[in-house]
Amino acid sequence: MVNRIEIYNKSDYPDVHGQDVLADIKQLGIRTVEAVQSMRVFVIEGDLKEDQLHRIAAELLVDPVTESYELGRTGAPVGLAQATLIEVHLQPGVTDPVATSAEMAIQDMALAADSVRTARKYIILGALNDKQKQLIAQKVLANDCIEQVIFGRDQEPPGAQGQPYQLSRVTIHIRNLDDEGLLQLSKQRDLFLNLAEMRTIQDYYRKLDREPTDVELEMLAQTWSEHCVHKTFRGTIEFTEVNGEGTAQKSMVIENLLKSTIARATRELARPWCISVFEDNAGVIEFDEEYGVCFKVETHNHPSAIEPYGGAATGIGGCIRDPMGTGLGAKPIANTDIFCFAPPDKTIEELPAGVLHPRRVMKGVVGGVRDYGNRMGIPTVNGAIVFDDRYIGNPLVFCGNIGIMPKNKCFGHAREGDLVMVVGGRTGRDGIHGATFSSGEMTHEHENLFSHAVQIGNAITEKKMLDTLLTAREENLYSAITDCGAGGLSSAVGEMGEELGAVVDLEKVPLKYQGLNYTEIWISEAQERMVIAVPPEKLTRVSEIFAGEDVEATVIGTFGNNKKLLLRYEGELVGEVDMDFLHNGLPKYTRKAVWEKPALQEPDLPEKGDYTNDLKGILADFSVASKEWVIRQYDHEVQGGSSIKPLVGIDNDGPGDAAVVRPRLDKDRAIAIGCGICPQYSDIDPYYMAMAAIDEALRNVIAVGASPDQIAILDNFCWGNCDKADRLAGLVRAAQGCYDAAMAYASPFISGKDSLNNEFQTDDGETINIPGTLLISAMAIVEDANRCITMDVKKSGNLIVMVGETRNELGASQYYKRHGELGANVPRVNLKTGPKIMSAVARAIQEHLVVSCHDCCEGGLAVALAEMAFAGGLGLEINLSDVPAARETNRTDQLLFSETTSRFILEIEPENITKLAQLFRDVRFGQIGRVTEETRLIIKDSNNKAIINADIADLKEVWQTPLRW
Amino acid sequence: MTNLNVLVLRAAGTNCDQETCFAFEQAGATARTVHVNRLIAEPKLLHDYQILVVPGGFSYGDDVAAGRILANQLIHHFRDMVREFIDADKLVLGICNGFQVLVKSGLLPGGNHNGNGLNTTITYNDSGKFEDRWVWLEPGTDKCVFITPGRRIYLPIAHGEGKVCFAEDTVLEQVKQQGQVAFRYVDRDGRFGDYPVNPNGSIDHIAGLCDATGRVMGLMPHPERFIHKTHHPRWTREPIEDPDGLTIFQNAVNYFT
Repeated sequence: MVNRIEIYNKSDYPDVHGQDVLADIKQLGIRTVEAVQSMRVFVIEGDLKEDQLHRIAAELLVDPVTESYELGRTGAPVGLAQATLIEVHLQPGVTDPVATSAEMAIQDMALAADSVRTARKYIILGALNDKQKQLIAQKVLANDCIEQVIFGRDQEPPGAQGQPYQLSRVTIHIRNLDDEGLLQLSKQRDLFLNLAEMRTIQDYYRKLDREPTDVELEMLAQTWSEHCVHKTFRGTIEFTEVNGEGTAQKSMVIENLLKSTIARATRELARPWCISVFEDNAGVIEFDEEYGVCFKVETHNHPSAIEPYGGAATGIGGCIRDPMGTGLGAKPIANTDIFCFAPPDKTIEELPAGVLHPRRVMKGVVGGVRDYGNRMGIPTVNGAIVFDDRYIGNPLVFCGNIGIMPKNKCFGHAREGDLVMVVGGRTGRDGIHGATFSSGEMTHEHENLFSHAVQIGNAITEKKMLDTLLTAREENLYSAITDCGAGGLSSAVGEMGEELGAVVDLEKVPLKYQGLNYTEIWISEAQERMVIAVPPEKLTRVSEIFAGEDVEATVIGTFGNNKKLLLRYEGELVGEVDMDFLHNGLPKYTRKAVWEKPALQEPDLPEKGDYTNDLKGILADFSVASKEWVIRQYDHEVQGGSSIKPLVGIDNDGPGDAAVVRPRLDKDRAIAIGCGICPQYSDIDPYYMAMAAIDEALRNVIAVGASPDQIAILDNFCWGNCDKADRLAGLVRAAQGCYDAAMAYASPFISGKDSLNNEFQTDDGETINIPGTLLISAMAIVEDANRCITMDVKKSGNLIVMVGETRNELGASQYYKRHGELGANVPRVNLKTGPKIMSAVARAIQEHLVVSCHDCCEGGLAVALAEMAFAGGLGLEINLSDVPAARETNRTDQLLFSETTSRFILEIEPENITKLAQLFRDVRFGQIGRVTEETRLIIKDSNNKAIINADIADLKEVWQTPLRW
Repeated sequence: MTNLNVLVLRAAGTNCDQETCFAFEQAGATARTVHVNRLIAEPKLLHDYQILVVPGGFSYGDDVAAGRILANQLIHHFRDMVREFIDADKLVLGICNGFQVLVKSGLLPGGNHNGNGLNTTITYNDSGKFEDRWVWLEPGTDKCVFITPGRRIYLPIAHGEGKVCFAEDTVLEQVKQQGQVAFRYVDRDGRFGDYPVNPNGSIDHIAGLCDATGRVMGLMPHPERFIHKTHHPRWTREPIEDPDGLTIFQNAVNYFT
């Protein structure tokens, strides 16, 4: 018998979800809807008496204080003709964690239900036509990848079972295809392989004298995808620099950009504290004598563009599994999140077809990261958000995770005879073709075509898996581990078995629902799954640990088969892949890169007598403005190691430079986490952009008290279509900047990732290319968290010291942006003085000479001073004539807003200034002012005239208003 | 402080168990995490412990409602045992999600054991969103074992569902009369206020409740997140004496000495 319980809020309690839906409907531009009521629906099958159903409702499902319920189906309120009833049910068989929990709870109550399903029901009041109803259902209420929608009240919900799959082995005819046929095949099957690659595959199968099966082809496409193999970074590049007339000035051939720049710096620096770099799922460095820490940052851009909440949630979920799958598994201790969006104040009319509104993207992305990170119990401690129009079709979502592991667990290798065990979530149709999809360009049609590439996350499944895996690790029950990320089992087993081969029986993989064919099982990117290699004698104990905490773990095969991978389904061979060809068969190909320095000029802006409004305008820019609305939604203190929080100062709302976390609660040793991202400089020269990003990331961790001796950095490139010579040239320039700066600062890269093809084709054929974006994440070891400092000024009477020279470098600055200019003088890191400055500042902090420290970045000196003042609740009186500046740099606007790198502002107690001066003998610094009781920021020019004079409360208000949602 | 054992109960989605154990150990106890499945299989385990803690997290993903599924397990597998535990002069503490569990299982505010008539709940914040922020708390009673009477403390909250509500005004009156308001949200100077002083819109500014014995307490804020100087959000600018959160754990431990 099918029973139904419908639950709704009592009128005294706000229907928060209904109100959210209403707001989202208005965002769609539908203005006729007056109200939305939401309900929770439980469909319970089983022989239950009415009083038993009342018990289930009253004791389990309904909040007795805030909610009411009815048994059976309720209609719309009487007398309201214009009410639309919409129910959202899960697709048949899709995992329903709430239902599973409810089934267990009903059992705990000693009642018997055969099954439970859940649904959401909405009563929407207001006139709507059918098209609008569909739109609301599709865009606001349901994700058609996993959910289905029922209109009205009479239809019954869909049944729970999908159709079982009958084996049917599919062979693809490739040997006799011509070039056109090969390309068509690649396109038809969403392989995203180019002609050279398709020909290589064709030759391989001609030699084998057979046709490939579909799963073989899919596995090759996935393993060879840009997403997995990074062919751009590893291929050959013919790089040419041309002058304004198009004549070549300098040419070079780069074999493997990654090895010749980023990884080269790491190799040449050879820092002894690097444990495992560019090998595993995350880079590992030494934390202390017993532990190592690892860090990985990933992007999840394309899914987040289509389904921001789910895309971002699975982004962070997937990134967390990287440290979990590094070595023999690390315990995640901190998350980072960095986003790039179009400005959220765009009007609907400004949006190209096929893109979501940036405000909706931002809210969804933040919500996804929040819910997944918070549920996993991992503090989200550091981040940044950058806004630029060109991210409209390609929002960028970077998710990072740091993990800690004993030093003797930093490496793992599967052995011949180990069992292939898949742990965690079940496999479904979600995320099919994610790896290949994210390697292509976005178009206005992607939203519909690739909704199946969006994955569905469940943080609790991942948390359970984590808890039990750590127990199994401690008992040494497996010899290798990796996560099922892009490419799913195909990629995980393929990587773990690269040196061994494996035999896998695909029908053994636990499924979310019936009906998946063997190829879907093999390439599905369903979330929360990991693969471990279990020695057969340890199977019993490891299974016991998983079963003890309700984690599913299934043996699906065995490692080792003479470097061949055999895929079987119910005993029949459906795929046979040679590991050598899979991992080394990809043809290397050569691309051209042409760098033409843009012809740019400095603007001629008039000098002014007062820059207060310029300062306020910059503080209110979305990129500079307070991100408190986002930060507070993340639990940044769970796990109990928070030492420097993302928000600091007298009212806990100032913008901290970096977060500090103590991963071992009984120790004061800590990790400082910071980041640098400045895509705006790419418009002038990606080489200097990359160096500035590295400088910024290092400044951030130095500013809280990290030592420059042990800072590891990570690179995450998001770039446009690198088949185009100009895009690729920018990427080369940026990678070269990475090498030069990493060497100068002796900070090795330990891990990295790239996401290319971030371009968007609008329906009228225009291409929107994102600015070349590089995120540098920094992780530094802090010997004693008790010595850390923050950026908020502390005491009136203290002195303000500026370290580092200011140059005329307003190119791509906030100040020029405000005036609609780009300029030409992009900040250029001085690789000689920069490292000296970092060392000097770090030493001054170590020696307790500094009470607060802030780095100068976007908006320059003026913004840094304003932030320090309002975070500390005190005023500042500053004189620009004491700012250490380059000889030709004397204009007031340059001194105030130049974004020259390697600069810090320090607050010093007067008695320490002599000691500080001794320490700073070989760096430029100036005593530029003091902290005042009067709560105003007053900046005077060389004539002692105040050119900025503002109450710090006003400055804080303009800084907080834009994103106070 | 020999042989004072603390059981920190863990379930799918619990995530504050380790730092809660650490906080009790800092206070001198021996703390262990035990998975709820293990306790269902071996309920006698509970006899070895003097303090039972339901820590923070998202037990069972907040499925159905925050704390509901674990509360249901508590009711149907352990209710009598927990009752005996409390009657044996032992202590029960629920933090954040653990507080939600204690309320939804009827252990807090307690006094109503007829099974289906829960009169108190914890629901969505008025702000409609999850928030991590620090709050001041004023003790509302001097009968609760965990509280230092008269000591205003500063702790972080991190929740989306922390608004304490009562079915009837009479329940609130009774809770007040019996001295069961453990903590109320106040500002730095001890005054009541709207958001963000009261971060979730709790009725009567209630941040925590205890039962009539004073030996069962639940609270939304996280005392285990302020047991080290550097936990305080302003330790770089203010002197920090003994961390406020630690007092809760010390008071619990001292009860047995």
